[in-house]
Amino acid sequence: MANMAQAIRMALHFGETKLEVKDVFGQDTGPPLGGVFTATQGVECAWNTPLDERGIVGMALGIGLTGERCVAEIQFADYIFNTIDLLKIAGNTLWTSHGNYPMPIVLMTPVGAGIRGSVYHSHSFDAWATRLPGWKVVIPSNPLDAYGLMLSAIEDPNPVMFLKPKALLRVRGEELIPGEPDDEKKLKSMIDAPLGDRSKWKPKWPKVEDYRVEIGKGKIVHEGTDATVVTYGRHVLMCKDVAEKYAQKGKSIEVIDLRSLYPYDWQMIKSSIQKTGRVLFVNEDTEVTNFAEHLVYRCTQELFYELMARPRVLAAKNLPGIGLPAELEENTVPQKRDIERELDELLAEIP
Amino acid sequence: MARQTQTKSASKKKKASKMKTTKKKASSAQSKKKATPKPAPKLGLSNELLLQMHRLMVKSRALEERLIKIYKTGEAFFWIGGPGEEAYGVPLGLLANKGQGPKHDYFHLHYRCTPTMVALGMPMIDSIRLIMNRSTDTSTGGRNFSNHYCYPEWNVVPVGSPIEVQYQMAIGTAHVQKRHKAGAVTIVTGGDAGSAEGDFASCLVWASRPANPLPILITVQNNGWGISTDYDGQHGETSITDRGKAFNMRTRVINGNDPIESYIALQEEMEYIRKEQKPVLLEAKVSRLYGHSSASGANFVQNEDCCINMFEERLMRAGLLTEDDASQIKAEYEAEARAAQEQVRLEPSPQKETLWDHVYTDGENGDWRKF
Repeated sequence: MANMAQAIRMALHFGETKLEVKDVFGQDTGPPLGGVFTATQGVECAWNTPLDERGIVGMALGIGLTGERCVAEIQFADYIFNTIDLLKIAGNTLWTSHGNYPMPIVLMTPVGAGIRGSVYHSHSFDAWATRLPGWKVVIPSNPLDAYGLMLSAIEDPNPVMFLKPKALLRVRGEELIPGEPDDEKKLKSMIDAPLGDRSKWKPKWPKVEDYRVEIGKGKIVHEGTDATVVTYGRHVLMCKDVAEKYAQKGKSIEVIDLRSLYPYDWQMIKSSIQKTGRVLFVNEDTEVTNFAEHLVYRCTQELFYELMARPRVLAAKNLPGIGLPAELEENTVPQKRDIERELDELLAEIP
Repeated sequence: MARQTQTKSASKKKKASKMKTTKKKASSAQSKKKATPKPAPKLGLSNELLLQMHRLMVKSRALEERLIKIYKTGEAFFWIGGPGEEAYGVPLGLLANKGQGPKHDYFHLHYRCTPTMVALGMPMIDSIRLIMNRSTDTSTGGRNFSNHYCYPEWNVVPVGSPIEVQYQMAIGTAHVQKRHKAGAVTIVTGGDAGSAEGDFASCLVWASRPANPLPILITVQNNGWGISTDYDGQHGETSITDRGKAFNMRTRVINGNDPIESYIALQEEMEYIRKEQKPVLLEAKVSRLYGHSSASGANFVQNEDCCINMFEERLMRAGLLTEDDASQIKAEYEAEARAAQEQVRLEPSPQKETLWDHVYTDGENGDWRKF
C-alpha cells in the first residue's frame, strides 16, 4: 500500500499527464529533493522556487489568472501566515471580478503536530483556512482519500487548500489506489528516488487511474449509535481506534471523517447526530474560534431539541506554540486519552 | 528619452525650473487665440499618433474629473484615480498587444490607470458604472471602488486595493506567457510608496533569476507621495530603479509627464522584453493632480505639472492643434461623460439576492446554511 506522500505524488503525476497541470512548485519541490516530505518527487513539472512564500502564492495566483492549472506548496503551514492577504485575494477574485476571473489553483501545505516539530513545524491551519471565503478546504486522513481529493482539487475551477496532516504522510493506507501495484516494495522501487546521486533517476509510474473523492462529502469510518465523533486529518485514526476500543466495552461510537472543511457535509453530521443525540468534535487546531465551534453553533441552532447532551469540542490548548518535548506536545494537542475522557463524559450525561 | 537617474534634489530643481517655464509658456500660449499653421517640427512621432494620444489624454482627464464630481455630489462613496498620469498611461495602453490569453499582454494595474484603460478602448460609461456601483458595472458587478477595473477580454486582471500585491501576481502570468513563446509581456504598475512593500522586492527576485528570467515590464509611477508622506520620508534609494540594478535588470527612468518620451521609451522597453524575454524596471515621474483620493479632498493641486497643458502647448507650437481645437475636444469629452452619468443614474444597483453570486464558479453554493 502507498503511503500518503506517495499517493499525493501519484495524484500529481496523474494531474500532469491527464488533467493539464503545468506547474507544481514550492520550496524544494523539484529535483533533487521532491519536497521535504517527498510528495512531489519525480513529478515532471515540479520545480524549485526561491525561499519566498508570498512569491509562491503570488505565482499561483498569476498562473490561475491565465486559467492554467497548478499545484503550489508551502513547505509547512507554519510559514503560510505571511501570505494571508494573498490567500484572501485568491478567495475573492471571482467574487470581486463579478465572475470574470476564476482562480483554479491548488495550494497544499503540511499541517498539525505529531512529528515532534516544535513551535514552528506543528501549526494547524484548518480554522484559519475556513475563514477564507471563496476557498474550498480539504484534509485527507488516508492515502486513497488524498489521491481522490487531490484529483478533485486539481479539476475544481475554484481555489482549493489541500491540507496534509504531516503525521500521516508516512502512514500506509488500507485500500489500494486504482492502478497501484499490490506490493509496496515494488511501488517503492518504481517511484521513490534513490539515496545519493539522483541526477539520472526517473520514476516508473504505475498506471494509476482516475479516482475522485467529491469535495464536500464526508465519510463514516466507524458506524455507531450511542455518540457521534466528527473529526478530520490525523485525529480520524485516533478517534477510530478509540471507537473500536469502546465497541469492545459495548459502546457504539460513530466516527465521521469530514474530509472537506468547506464546503462541509452537514447532512452527514446532522443525520448522525439525529441518530445518536450526542456529538464530540475533535481536531488539533487551537480551541478558541476553532472551526468546530462553528459546527457546534450550528448543532445548537438546528438540532437543539434532538441533543441528549451538550455538544463538545476537543481541540488543542490555546497556547502560542507547541513545545518540543513529548510531555508538552501531548498535553497540548488531543490524544486518545483525551478523546476517551470527553466521550465518557458525553455518554454519561443525562439530559 | 535617455536612460537616466536623478537625485532627489536634482529632480526637484528640474521640476521647479520646468514649472516656471511651463507657466511662462502657458501664458504666452493663452495670449495667442489661434495658432499659426506652420510645418510640424519633428516631435519624434507621427502627427496622427500625437493627436490620438492627445485626444485620449483629454478623454481620460474628462472622465476622471467627472468621477470626482460624481463623488462630490454624493453619487458615489469614494473616488480614487489617476488624473495627472495621462502622458504615461495612454502610451502604455496604446502599445499593448491587446487580447485575451497568454499570447497577449497581461495588465496588473493599480487604481490610477484610467488613462491606460481609456487607451485600451474602455468606454467612459464603464468607469462611471463602477464608481456609481451599478449592477451594470462589468468589472465588479457594482461591488468595488472606482478605478478597480477588470477586463478579461484585454487581460486586465482585477485591480485590488491592497498595495503592491499586483507585483506578486505578475510573475505568474509572465511565467505562463514565457511558456507560450508568443512574445507577450506582463505589465505591472504601482506607485513609488508601494515599492516599500516586500512584494515589490519579491517581484524583482522572481523576475530576474538567471535560470528563468520573466518577460515583465515592472513599472513604478513615481508621483513623490504616499498619501500624505513625501518621497524623502519613504525612500533612501536615489532612484527606485537603482533597486533593479542589484538584480542585473535593465532599468530606465523617464519623464512620465511627457507623452512623447513615454511612448518612445515604453516602445523600446516593450520590444526588448518581447525579444529577450527578460524584465525591465521602469520608473516614470508623474504628477498627482487631485491628491491621493476623495479621502484627501480630491481638489486640484496647483503646484504640480499638468501633462495635458504642457502637451497642448507643444502641439500648438508645432501647429498641430489650436486653442479652439483643444477646447472643443475637452468639451466633447466632458459632454460624453456627463451624458454617461445621466444614463447610469437610471440603471439599477446590485440587489441583496446577488450577494452569494460568484463565491464559487458556475453558481455553486457557497452559503453554509445551504450545505
